[in-house]
Amino acid sequence: MRYGRAPETLRGLNFALGQGSFHFVTGPSGAGKSSLLKLMYLAARPSRGVVHLFGQDVATVAAHDRPFLRRRIGVVFQEFRLLDHLSAFDNVALPLRIAGRKPDTYRHDVAELLAWVGLKERMHAMPPTLAGGEKQRLAIARAVVNRPDILLADEPTGNVDHDMGLRILRLFVELNRMGTTVLIATHDQDMVARSGMPVLHLERGRLVRS
Amino acid sequence: MSDSFNPDAWRPAPFLPEADAHDVALVFVVAVLCFLACLTALGVIASDRAARGWTEDLTSEATVIVRPAATESPDTAAARAAEALAGAPGVLEARALERAKAEALIAPWLGANADLEDLPVPRLVVVSLDPKTPATAASLDRALKAAGVDALVDDHSMWIADIRRGADLARWFGVGVFLLIAAAAAGVVAFATRAGLASRREVVETLHLTGAEDGFIAQLFQARFARIAAVAGLFGAAGAAIMGAGLRLIGGGAGLTPVLPIHWMDLLAVLPCPLAAAVVAALAARFTAVALIREMA
Repeated sequence: MRYGRAPETLRGLNFALGQGSFHFVTGPSGAGKSSLLKLMYLAARPSRGVVHLFGQDVATVAAHDRPFLRRRIGVVFQEFRLLDHLSAFDNVALPLRIAGRKPDTYRHDVAELLAWVGLKERMHAMPPTLAGGEKQRLAIARAVVNRPDILLADEPTGNVDHDMGLRILRLFVELNRMGTTVLIATHDQDMVARSGMPVLHLERGRLVRS
Repeated sequence: MSDSFNPDAWRPAPFLPEADAHDVALVFVVAVLCFLACLTALGVIASDRAARGWTEDLTSEATVIVRPAATESPDTAAARAAEALAGAPGVLEARALERAKAEALIAPWLGANADLEDLPVPRLVVVSLDPKTPATAASLDRALKAAGVDALVDDHSMWIADIRRGADLARWFGVGVFLLIAAAAAGVVAFATRAGLASRREVVETLHLTGAEDGFIAQLFQARFARIAAVAGLFGAAGAAIMGAGLRLIGGGAGLTPVLPIHWMDLLAVLPCPLAAAVVAALAARFTAVALIREMA
């Protein structure tokens, strides 16, 4: 994969994530972790090579089918991508609304999830008024609310304290037990070691260890 | 702090930010365009009515120019022509104009000081035609010939053709101006949609990555700009209706001028404006949004 005419940020990658697996992606800054996730959540296309998702080559998926593929993927963006004009509650409810669910079928689930990530008192706070850690937890809640088939998280514990980091890891493990495939890009070696889950290690766009 | 937050009372918020700093400017521009479009429509309706009125006036009458024989006076010839025409089918009334009236008709071309005494002023017969089965120029000519009167029949067909041509031109001109204004409104909305999408790029991208379909996102912009255009259309239509009512009040029953006789009912023509503005804006916003979302994707 490359951005414009820049050198390739990812090359020679060849790996498969089994359904219901749990992996970490590690590597120094600029190793290509975020680029790899972008390929997987369909925000970028590979300049060469093939990405298979749910048994399909994503390059051959028709444009009108891509949104339905995206709805099966939960993403925790490194920059959060919260909608500033929506309350915390509305941000978390967003994937469910887009999927066409009726509010009565999820309003209590959303409230419960927000309470679980420690935002019970901030449900109608707007994102610009939230602290970095609160935004991160909100982003995580939005990514998992739809119980996605794949969860992709880019540095999901970068802005939270140690205890909250553990709590978030437990949430991911719980989701994984329920069948969600999890891939977490992180610098947090403590979390990686504590989880005991397999690691894909990238350096300069290449997979050097797995 | 939200310890009082009640999920049961929660209502989903709009997907797009409601207010935008550019909204007021957009409402103003679209309202002005709608105002001009409505005035154009009122102008076309009024000029069309004037043309129809003039045409009716002209088709309900014919003018006969009598050429008296050497053996009779012009007045006698005119009286004979009137008598012959009065009995013709399709004629309600035929009356000879007195010399004074005929002179009054040509006075504007000769000036107030002209001495008309020695001029051979032609005698005219004014023929009122039956509006249901009007006599033709040929049938009038035959009636005159049968009575032995040498005369020229003018059924005003030349003027009627000119008026109809003028009315058609005014109508097409109005339609052209109307379409131009609609195109300008669509262009303004397309430009505003582009700016709106650019300023909400992050929102659009997040919706996209969360699984929103292109059509769903386009629909958000379509609905937003249709709403703005409908409000602007309401202002523009109201402005045009007020101006039309003002012209009607100033001008009385005949309108401000005989060329633009506005009736109260004409003001109803502005009613579809908000809907038309909303449809134009919705289409422009949708096409622009879909194209831009595909570019972003």
